[in-house]
Amino acid sequence: VFPSNYVHNGYTRAVNKDAESLLPLPAATFHILVALTGEDRHGYAILKEVSAQTDGSVKLSAATLYRSIERMLEQGLIREVTPRAPRNSEDERRRYYRITALGRAAAMAEARRLTRLLVLARASGLA
Amino acid sequence: MRVYRWLLHLYPAAFRADYADEMVAIVRMRLGEVSRPARIVVWIAVIVEVIVNAPSVHWDMLKQDLRYTFRSLLRSRGFAATVILVIALGVGANTAAFSVADFVLLRPLAFPDPDSLVRICEGPRTGGGWGCNNQLSPANYRDLKAMSRSFAALGAFASDAVNLVGGGEPRRIAVTPVTPEVMPLLGVSPLLGRVFVPGAGDANAAVISYGLWQSQFAGNAAILGNTINLNGLPYTVIGVMPAQFSFPIRDVQLWTLLTFREQDLANRNNSYIEAVGRLQPGVTFEQARAELVTLADQLAREYPDTNEDTGVSFFRMRDNMSPRFRLMLLSLVGASVSLLLLTCANLANLLLARAAARKREMAVRAALGAAKHRLARQLATEHVVLALVGGAVGVVLAMLVVPLFSTLVPPTLPIAARPELDWRVLALAGMFTCLTALGLGLWPTLRDAGFSALREGARAGGGQKQRIRAVLVTVEVTISVLLLITSGLLIRAVWRVQSVPPGFVAEHAITLRTALSRPEYASPLRRTEYFRRVLGEVRRLPGVQAAGFTSGLPVVVTGLVTGVEIAGQDARSQRNNAVSHRWITPQYFQAMGIQLRRGRDVEDRDTRDAAWVAVVSQSFVDRYWPGEEPIGKTLRHRGQLRTVVGVVGDVRVRGLERTSEPQLYLPAEQIPDGFPANFDPKDLVVRHSGQDEALVAAVRKIVRSVDPNQPISDVRTLQDILAGETATRSAQLQVLAVLATVAVLLAAIGIYGLLAYTVSQRAQEIGVRLALGAKPATVGRMIFGDGMRLALLGIVPGVLAAYAAGRAMNALLFGIAPSDPPTFVVAVGVTLLITFLGSLIPALRAVRVSPMSVLRAE
Repeated sequence: VFPSNYVHNGYTRAVNKDAESLLPLPAATFHILVALTGEDRHGYAILKEVSAQTDGSVKLSAATLYRSIERMLEQGLIREVTPRAPRNSEDERRRYYRITALGRAAAMAEARRLTRLLVLARASGLA
Repeated sequence: MRVYRWLLHLYPAAFRADYADEMVAIVRMRLGEVSRPARIVVWIAVIVEVIVNAPSVHWDMLKQDLRYTFRSLLRSRGFAATVILVIALGVGANTAAFSVADFVLLRPLAFPDPDSLVRICEGPRTGGGWGCNNQLSPANYRDLKAMSRSFAALGAFASDAVNLVGGGEPRRIAVTPVTPEVMPLLGVSPLLGRVFVPGAGDANAAVISYGLWQSQFAGNAAILGNTINLNGLPYTVIGVMPAQFSFPIRDVQLWTLLTFREQDLANRNNSYIEAVGRLQPGVTFEQARAELVTLADQLAREYPDTNEDTGVSFFRMRDNMSPRFRLMLLSLVGASVSLLLLTCANLANLLLARAAARKREMAVRAALGAAKHRLARQLATEHVVLALVGGAVGVVLAMLVVPLFSTLVPPTLPIAARPELDWRVLALAGMFTCLTALGLGLWPTLRDAGFSALREGARAGGGQKQRIRAVLVTVEVTISVLLLITSGLLIRAVWRVQSVPPGFVAEHAITLRTALSRPEYASPLRRTEYFRRVLGEVRRLPGVQAAGFTSGLPVVVTGLVTGVEIAGQDARSQRNNAVSHRWITPQYFQAMGIQLRRGRDVEDRDTRDAAWVAVVSQSFVDRYWPGEEPIGKTLRHRGQLRTVVGVVGDVRVRGLERTSEPQLYLPAEQIPDGFPANFDPKDLVVRHSGQDEALVAAVRKIVRSVDPNQPISDVRTLQDILAGETATRSAQLQVLAVLATVAVLLAAIGIYGLLAYTVSQRAQEIGVRLALGAKPATVGRMIFGDGMRLALLGIVPGVLAAYAAGRAMNALLFGIAPSDPPTFVVAVGVTLLITFLGSLIPALRAVRVSPMSVLRAE
C-alpha cells in the first residue's frame, strides 16, 4: 500500500534557483554575503568584518547572525566548509562559511538593485 | 554565561545544537570588549535580542517544515486522506456524542445554585419509579410545607393549557399556574416588570415568556399593564421572563397565579399539583428525603383513608428524566468512546506502517547530514498538520450532527430542545487525537528507525512491530464486533416496539385539537352544539369516513386516570383500581379504527336525558367481570351509575412501551355539571381517504365558521403520533448504526492494510518459496489464514464485551435477550465477511508474486 522503496533528496532547495527571486535581500544577509566575498569566515569573524567594513555603524548581534546563517544555508546562498589550515585549536571547533555561486549572484543582483535605486534618488535630487 | 545558555533553550533544538556554542563564544567576546559597568547594557541587549529572535527562528523552521509536509503529503495522498478521515470520524463522533450527553446529563440548569433545586410529588410508599409519579393534592402539599424543615422555600405549580386570544391568531398555549413562592425560589428575575407577590391581588395577572413576548406581541416594550384574553377572561401582563428562563419545561409560555380555595384543600385524593423547593443551605438531598419520608408516614397514620399508600417521590430538578434517556445517552457515549479507541488503534496502525515505509528515506536523510532533532521536528509537523486538518473536518461533522440529536433531549427538563456543540469537549477530543498522532507517529520513528538503518537495505519491518500492528488490528475487530452487536440488539428492540399493535389504525387519519375554553363553553348544551355542528360538517366533506372527538388521544394524553366502583367489589384503594377514561362523541371508535367487539358505540341518543351509559375495553371486562357477559352490567363513576352498552378492543393509552390501565369511554353529552375543562372532548380524529393537507384546510375552515375565536392546535396524523413513540430510539439507533458501520470499515481497512503490507514486505520470501516449488494456493492460504486468525482473535472478546454491554442496557432492549442469537450470528457473520474481503486482495497479490522479478530485484 505504502511505497516503501522511494528515496528522495532532502529538502535543500534546488541550487539553480533564480537569484532574482530572493530580492530584496534582508540587510543582514547582504552584509554577510559581502563579508564572505573575500574569504571563508566563521561567525565571529563575520561580525568583525561587517563592523570593520561599515566603520562600526553596523553591529550584527549573535542572534541575528545565526538566524540569517541558518536561513542562508537553507536557501543555498552559503555553505559550511572545513577550514584548510586552522590557526589554533579554538578555530578548529568553529564552523566556517563560504559564499556559493548562488550567493554571489544574489549579492550582485542586490547591488544592482540598490544602484538603480541610488540613480533614481540622485535624479530626483534626493542624494 | 549559564543564564545565556539557559535562554538559548528558547530556540529550536536543532538550531541550538548547531549554533549554541558559537553564540556563547561571541557573547563572551563581546562582554570582554567593554568595560565592567557597560556590561549591563550589553547583557540587556543580548537578552532582548534572544527573546525577539528565537520565535522568528521557530517561524522560519515551521514555514520550511510546512512546505515540506505539504509536498510529502501530496505525494502520498491516499495515506493523508485516510488519516484525515479517520481522525475526523473519531473527533466528530465523540464531540457530538459528548456534547449531547453533557448537555442533558451534566450541565447545570440555568438557575442560580441549581443543585439545591428539588421537586416533590406523591409516589408509592415503597419508593421506586422516576420523576413525578403522582401529582400532589393541595392538602398534602400544605401539610408537607408546614411540617418540613429542610427547605429554604417551597412552592407549588400545576399545569394547564389556555386559549390565548389577542395579538395574532388565537393560540393554544401551555400555562403553568404557580404559587408566589415559585419564581423567587428559582432565583431568576424578570426581564421586564415583576413576578407574583402575595397579597398584591394578582389573581388575574400573567407573566409571559420571552418567546411569547416576541412572537405574539412583537417584543413590544409597552406590554406591561396590557390586557390579554385567556380562556375568555381578561388577564393583565405584569412581567416578561428572560429568554433563557424555562419552568417547569421548555414549552411553557405563560405563568399565572395558583391559589387554593377551601374546597381544593378538602380532598386528599384531589391531586393535581407538584411542588418545587430549594434546599436549606447545609441540608443534603438525602437528609431532605429522609425528612419527607417521615412526614409521609405521619400523614399516612393521620389520614389512612386517603394516604395509606401515599409516599413521596422526591428528586433533583436536574434528574427529571426517564432512565431510558440516560441509558440511551450513556450507551451512545460508550459507543463513541469505543470508536475513539478504534480510531486511535487505526491511526497507530497507519502511522506505524508509514514509519516503516519511510525508514529508508529517514536513513538516507540522516546519512546526508540531517540532524536527528530536525527530522523529528519535521515528522511532528507532518503529524500535527494531519491531526489539525482531521480535527477541523471532525468539527464540521460534529456541527452537522449535533442538531440531529435533539430527539435525545428529554422534554421533561427545563433546557433548550437543541443541544449545542460543546467547545470543551471538542478541545478534549482534538487534543486526544493530536497526542495519538504525535505519540504514535513520532515514537516508532525515533525509537527503531534510529535514522541509521541504511544498511538494512530495502528490507524493513521487524517482527515486534508486526506484532504490535496485529494486536491493534485485533482490537479494531473486537470493537467493531461490540458495536455491531449492540446496535443489532437495539435494532431488534425497535422492530419489536414498532410491531406492538397500538390498538388503533394509524393510517389515513388526521387529528387536531380544539380545546373549548370555559366560561364561554361552561354550558354542556353549548359544547354539544359545537360538537354537533363541527362533526356534522366534517362528516359531509368528500372522502371522510368517520369523525369524532375525545378528551385525549392515546399515546399523547396518557393520564386522565380515574377510579370506578363496581357493585359487589371492594372499592377501597381506588388508585390500584385505576382505569383510564375518556369522554367521546359518536364515531370516535370508527375514526380511530378501534375495534368494537360487543354491543354498540356511543350514539347521538346518549343525551343527558337518556339512560347513562358507558363503553369499556376488553381488559376492563377481564378485570371486573372475567368470564361474564359485560353488556348490561353497571358501574359507578363519580357517583353516577352507568350501564355498560359496548366493549371495544384495548388501546395502548400509555404508549407502545408501557402497560396501560383498562379503558372506560363515556358519552360527551353525559359529563356531570361542574367537571373541570380538561375532561372535555377536545381532540378531533378524522378518518378519510383523501389528501391530509386539503382535509386539514377544510376542517380549519369549518371550525372557524362555527367559532372564529377557537384556536386550532396540534395538527398531525395518527401515524406521526406513533412514529414519535419510536423517534428517540430511532435517532439513537441511527447514530449507533453509523458508528458500527464506520467501525467495521475501519477494522477491514486495518486488516487489509496490515496484510497488504506484510505481503509487500515478504514478497522476497514468497518469491523464494514459489521458486523452490511452493504451490501458489498454499502461499495464498498462508496470507489468508493470517487475516482470519486476526479476525477470530478479535471476535471472541468482542462477543463477550457485547454480551456485557447488552446486559447493561437491558432496559432499552424491550424484552430482547442480551444474548439474542440471531443478532450475534449476523454480527459475527458480517465481521467475518468483511475481514474475509479485507484479506482476499492481499492473498491474491501473494499468489501472483512473480519469483523472477523479486529475485532479480535482489
